[in-house]
Amino acid sequence: MQSNILICGVGGQGIVLTSKLIAATAMEHDIPVMSAETIGMAQKGGSVFSFLRLGDDIYCPMFPEKTADIIIGFEPAEAVRMLPYLKDGGQVVVNTHPIMPVTATLSGSDYTGNEMLDYLQRNVKNVVLVDGNKAIEEIGSPKVLNMVMLGAAVRNGVLPFSVDDIEDTMKKTVKPQFIELNSKALRYNG
Amino acid sequence: MHKEFLMGNAAIARGAIAAGLNLVAGYPGTPSTEVLETTAKTNDSSIYVEWSVNEKAAMELGAGAAYSGARSMVTMKQVGLNVASDPLMSLAYIGVKGGMVILVADDPGPISSQTEQDTRHFASFSKLPCFDPSSVQEAYDMIQEAFEYSEKYHTPVLFRPTTRVCHGYASIEVKDKEEYKVNKPEGFIKDSSKWVIFPRLSYNAHIHIEERNAELSKVFSEYERNIITEAGDKSCRRGIATHGISYTYTMEALRGKSAPRVFKVSTPFPFPEQAAVKFLEGLDEVLCIEELDPIIERELTYICGKYHLPTKILGKLTHNVKTAGENTCATVAANIAEFMGWEKPAAIEAETPPALPVRPPVLCAGCPHRASFFAVKEAMKGKKSVFCGDIGCYTLGNAMPLDMVDTCLCMGAGVNITQGIGKIEPDTSCFAFVGDSTFFASAITGAVNAVYNQADMTLVVLDNSTTAMTGHQPHPGTGRTMMGEVVEKVSIQEVLKGVGVKTVETVNPLELSKAIDTVKRVSAEKGVKAIVFKSPCAVLIKGNKPAVINSEKCTSCKKCIKTLGCPGIVLRDGRVTIENSLCTGCGLCSQVCPFGAIGGGEDAE
Repeated sequence: MQSNILICGVGGQGIVLTSKLIAATAMEHDIPVMSAETIGMAQKGGSVFSFLRLGDDIYCPMFPEKTADIIIGFEPAEAVRMLPYLKDGGQVVVNTHPIMPVTATLSGSDYTGNEMLDYLQRNVKNVVLVDGNKAIEEIGSPKVLNMVMLGAAVRNGVLPFSVDDIEDTMKKTVKPQFIELNSKALRYNG
Repeated sequence: MHKEFLMGNAAIARGAIAAGLNLVAGYPGTPSTEVLETTAKTNDSSIYVEWSVNEKAAMELGAGAAYSGARSMVTMKQVGLNVASDPLMSLAYIGVKGGMVILVADDPGPISSQTEQDTRHFASFSKLPCFDPSSVQEAYDMIQEAFEYSEKYHTPVLFRPTTRVCHGYASIEVKDKEEYKVNKPEGFIKDSSKWVIFPRLSYNAHIHIEERNAELSKVFSEYERNIITEAGDKSCRRGIATHGISYTYTMEALRGKSAPRVFKVSTPFPFPEQAAVKFLEGLDEVLCIEELDPIIERELTYICGKYHLPTKILGKLTHNVKTAGENTCATVAANIAEFMGWEKPAAIEAETPPALPVRPPVLCAGCPHRASFFAVKEAMKGKKSVFCGDIGCYTLGNAMPLDMVDTCLCMGAGVNITQGIGKIEPDTSCFAFVGDSTFFASAITGAVNAVYNQADMTLVVLDNSTTAMTGHQPHPGTGRTMMGEVVEKVSIQEVLKGVGVKTVETVNPLELSKAIDTVKRVSAEKGVKAIVFKSPCAVLIKGNKPAVINSEKCTSCKKCIKTLGCPGIVLRDGRVTIENSLCTGCGLCSQVCPFGAIGGGEDAE
């Protein structure tokens, strides 16, 4: 069995960490894993993506268009940008909160994110909308958006892991004082 | 052996350590940087690790260590090898005692480089063996073999991964510590007939090198990583020759297919000629799938001529594969489908998405470079000026609205480009902007040249006390080394004074009016004068509290947005708003606001 996972968003949203956590969980389950991501733009507000592949007989970490089992979009426009990678019948889990690029601020562009969410709902059968802003407000930390998104993706059953599996790995990687917060975020289902 | 999930560059470092590495030196550059950083992180202090001042210094350091019997590695990106090419070319004639691997990461795309140059060319130019890994696991295994070949043949070898191998991650088999090779260097044995390059030595070495490379071509024809994968379908008279990450794209595209035959070339130089002849046997057509230059394609074309083979060789030269940019799973699948006459992958039919926001990289919120550029821009308003940039984060100063980088060529080039423009346009105020790490790497000789040759220009050093672009490596101005020592810093100001720059002023660019006055005053002087804008990289410091907008005073004139382009200031519902998650409270915008509407930015607790 192979799973192709695409995580995308904007630098600073914790995408690379999310990818690492899935990879570490795969390692725990003796599933071969490869990944590839944008490097170095994290602080610079650029688009960030991470390709993850789990399973046997994988040659390279990137996968072609129309082969992703799931796209976890941390930002509406970024999910749309990567949508050509989704396979027919694939799953999209997307944060509804848009992030304005500096260029939009300069040109006064009217990007709101809603046009992207409408597009996703028109063009993808399986879309889960996650109100990431509401989630981080309720949980009380902007740093756990990635756990909220990952939790929503895992609950959807497309990844070969349960929330418990991810939580077990998370407990081994984050500092003890942050475990409870991250668990809450993983299990958030607002 | 055990399994670990490693980045390609980390795998290369771990492989080198397992091969008994004694010394590693390099200069940071994407996509090579993490090799040296991983070595430093995993180091139990038995390995000497150094970020050298530039690639040339690193190469020479690595050579000295290898002369002394050490296993050494030097790391750089492809354009770094241009800087190190002087020692490289001569070192190829001198050779080494201990194994020496020169790691040069190429960047098809290019994703973060000035050129799409191909280090495989440098291999044939310098006549040095070259290894080209295709995956993270192969990179780990191959670097260990590269050390063995280097030591066996007493020659430095090139190891050339590309971005997707360097930055890809995979769960791979790695050695346990007990399985590591331990190399105890014998030390330097004096022998001037061996270590001192003279024309007579070079002549003899040249003969030897050509003989050795002919032998290596045979040896590499048997090398297990130069693989021929036979087609299941014996009637197929087509083949694909490929390398590196493109090999993996090829194998993905051929999943479930019984043809064609595939030749993976892992040692582009010396080219495995006998293996190539075997691959070509019985084939009518071969498609070469390569990134950067058509090296394999030219070799195969040559071999077909030499052996009178009827095989037609296709690739970049015949426009069957694109000449520039990265390959992807999709481009390779399409190339192969066309070559094999297979049905092309169906075009994706989808509703055209709404216009997507563009997110070009910009200077970070709170970046002191923004203030430096803005100060110079304000000071020179209405005056004829040219602003020459250089390589680093501050190249992003070219973006609107700052628009303060008129030229950028290569490391350290800005200083003398400025000098050149000034010689032709004496009525223009010429500025060279250079970062602190780039200053040490390659701008000091440029400064000497400008001073001595009577240039009229302002040298602006953007000193954020780190090598920010590549992830904050130390340099001689930081007072730290990769061995964890705290050492005396080399002062940029003292260096400038030492080479004859009479006026050297240092100012914090975030004190805007003072910075603008300094630029006005200093730039009006004759000759070469310097301003050091000193303020730490915003990513490395704990910022102040975010700025606060007084909504009663703010008229939404948007001057802050239009002049600074800081990602920390955004428009929400027509109102200027601070993005608290990004703002570092640097205070620049409050000094720009004509209505005094931006406050905050006090020291955080």
